Amino acid sequence: MALTDKQMERYSRHVILKQVGGKGQQKILKSKVLVIGTGGLGAPATMYLAAAGVGNIGLVDFDTVDLSNLQRQIIHQTADVGKAKVKSGEETINAMNPDIKVTTYNEKVTAANICDIIKDKDYDFVIDGTDNFPAKFLINDACVITKKPFSHAGIIRFEGQTMTYVPGKGPCYRCVFKEPPPPDAVPTCRQAGVLGVMGGVIGTLQATEALKYILGIGELLTGYLLTYNALTMTFRKVKLPKNKKCAVCGENPIVLNPVDYEANACDMR
Amino acid sequence: MKIKVNGKVTELKESVNITELLDIVKAEQPDYVTVQKNDEFVDHDAFKSTFVEEGDNIEFLYFMGGGR
Repeated sequence: MALTDKQMERYSRHVILKQVGGKGQQKILKSKVLVIGTGGLGAPATMYLAAAGVGNIGLVDFDTVDLSNLQRQIIHQTADVGKAKVKSGEETINAMNPDIKVTTYNEKVTAANICDIIKDKDYDFVIDGTDNFPAKFLINDACVITKKPFSHAGIIRFEGQTMTYVPGKGPCYRCVFKEPPPPDAVPTCRQAGVLGVMGGVIGTLQATEALKYILGIGELLTGYLLTYNALTMTFRKVKLPKNKKCAVCGENPIVLNPVDYEANACDMR
Repeated sequence: MKIKVNGKVTELKESVNITELLDIVKAEQPDYVTVQKNDEFVDHDAFKSTFVEEGDNIEFLYFMGGGR
């Protein structure tokens, strides 16, 4: 399907790029991205994907908008406080770009539902915008098991990290971090704080990876962990080997189905 | 001897094991850090028996759980 005149105008800065062009923009319009968590990371990631014309965006979140979210979760506005985050996110996307179809999942991802959510629209790419380790391992394992590429990210205080998993192309999150740390062993943003823009920097990198994957251009953060320190303004790209002993993607996997780890008490709302 | 820890040149008086190095660089949450020595993962139970040598490239990778 050719781009309409309005789409040619809206996406003209994409179309003019030789790595994108009209064909690439059509790929973006046909693509499907699932964003899990519409918070610090998910908010900017979703907004850039919507602006870019990612035709189908799935939003997963079980929470409602809280006043303390607005310092960083830019997809939600002051008037949205109390509203379901997926609803608020959907409204922002609809206002930004009528080309986008939004599917909302007003629920928490669990071992019981995550594969169904990923398979629901046969999403092309998954973005992990969650805030706790049980969810991060759940998303990793579900993406490895269902063979979906995904972007991991984490932020805390003035630091962030991100890596991209592509099935068969490199290590997964569990190759690097074997299992979730015990509850409260590693602080969360709620306990330690986070500079609001950290989600903007890292979440936008996640959206960049999703767009590159959809377009099939450039080099992804597959086999690398990118770390960012805002205080020293340093980015580092650390090479990651694949871990043969990985419990989910190694030679003898023992995690054959997604696992519900006990949620960190501090993440309970 | 000189090694690199997370890209930073670090001077050591003598060869130390990974556990000692974590202490020297005052690593946060040393029990939950992932360690790479020259692009290979070092298992937690091998921290005490793995010694760093001149020119080694050590990466400490930390859990970051925030996002919302």
